[in-house]
Amino acid sequence: MRMLHYWRALWGIIGRELWRFVTQRERFISALVRPLVWLFVFAAGFRAALGLAITPPYETYILYEVYITPGLIGMIQLFNGMQSSLSMVYDREMGSMRILMVCPLPRWFLLLSKLLAGTGVSVLQVYVFLAIAWFYDIQAPWQGYLWILPALLLSGLMLGALGLLLSSFIKQLENFAGVMNFVIFPMFFMSTALYPLWKIKESSALLHNLAHYNPFSQAVELIRFALYGQFNQQAFIFTLTAFIVFMAAAIIGYNPSKGMMTRKGGG
Amino acid sequence: MNSSIALSVQDLSFSYGGKKALDQVNFKIQPGECTVLLGPNGAGKSTLFSLITRLYDSREGRIELCGFDIKRQTLLALAKLGVVFQQTTLDMDLSVLQNLRYHTALHGMGGKQAEQRIQQELERLSMYDRRFEKVRQLNGGHRRRVEIARALLHKPSVLLLDEPTVGLDVPSRVAIVDYVHQLATEEKLAVLWASHLIDEIYPNDHLIVLHKGQVKANGTVDDVLDATDTLTIKDAFYTLTQGEQVL
Repeated sequence: MRMLHYWRALWGIIGRELWRFVTQRERFISALVRPLVWLFVFAAGFRAALGLAITPPYETYILYEVYITPGLIGMIQLFNGMQSSLSMVYDREMGSMRILMVCPLPRWFLLLSKLLAGTGVSVLQVYVFLAIAWFYDIQAPWQGYLWILPALLLSGLMLGALGLLLSSFIKQLENFAGVMNFVIFPMFFMSTALYPLWKIKESSALLHNLAHYNPFSQAVELIRFALYGQFNQQAFIFTLTAFIVFMAAAIIGYNPSKGMMTRKGGG
Repeated sequence: MNSSIALSVQDLSFSYGGKKALDQVNFKIQPGECTVLLGPNGAGKSTLFSLITRLYDSREGRIELCGFDIKRQTLLALAKLGVVFQQTTLDMDLSVLQNLRYHTALHGMGGKQAEQRIQQELERLSMYDRRFEKVRQLNGGHRRRVEIARALLHKPSVLLLDEPTVGLDVPSRVAIVDYVHQLATEEKLAVLWASHLIDEIYPNDHLIVLHKGQVKANGTVDDVLDATDTLTIKDAFYTLTQGEQVL
């Protein structure tokens, strides 16, 4: 009976999130436009400027568009993770988060369900992006489109958990804009999304180290290898560990006795 | 477990940093009793509600819902609770039905049972015919009705309402106040209603006056009038809060 309660609540939360996403067409379109602009404009412009050596998982010389596709998939998930936490800050300010928090289920389960729902939305976005990229001649082996699913789930959960953690520290929506600038952009640009690690090493050892240990880089590499039917163990362990750490910290952040909720005060 | 007490608050204190928001608050509510928590803005009403709903946690004091300690038996306690928050907590872009189905899912109610309960509660508030409308299309009074229906779907023993009539026109306010009093009597529901409006208090209500985080009076309306040697609640409130006005 108890299990049934958890099951129904989980699907209630996921169903609500998916429905909201499907009905908010502007959100769907804007989530796709961002990576497509990078792919069609930025990547096309940089194609000539960046020479890429053959590095795994690629077995031949590739176009720059092919290289940054996994990075743009990561970008979709990074923005989605941050956007769902942004909506949690909004929900908390507007009160609808309270309805979730006062239902008779453990808080960790509610947060994890929210996270799964957000990840589900990001996976949908990624597959639509990949379908458009296919027609732009960026095509991976067909098995890659299956292997990428578990990788997307893990990377989506990790980035969503990071957003959740940030949202537990943020009191007002206005503060979130700062976090977007201090988290999203450094994370994205200091990663392997746009340029390979060896290329970064050529310019700065410090940047190379930062990019190497950036959880976003590891998530992108996990996705990159999965798209070509390969398993990157190091990226998997790193992404999984980052997810566990971010999630545990977010649960503490949302715990009424230990977290930030009480210290924030207010209504 | 003492089932004759629906809500018990004992020696409850709470501070935001160094500022005390609640100071040694004590009261009990029994089933079928409508208790009005009267206090001006900043009295600590919303903080008290956040503690009862476990959105905040207090190191001092104890809260029990139907005998379940909110700290140690959180899930059992929360299952007994229905809440209407001061700000609307409905999803504006979803229909009435979708909002209520979401709530039944969170409370583990299955399809048929959920549909039955939704129909019952919406019909009681004359809102069933409007179940497919988006919440955004409803006026303030109708949104409040939906929120009350939602709070009752899982058949709670205690209903908390945090200033639910704020911003509503007079007929909507009267209808909601009447309905909640009727619920307390007919359903044996324990109601805790936070308000700063004295016309929402009925003669048979239990009254708690909260001021600067402290309980200044706790009893029936007559008890409070006798204790303050006044003839109206407005005067009693004025005496107890040393000059604060209520509407």
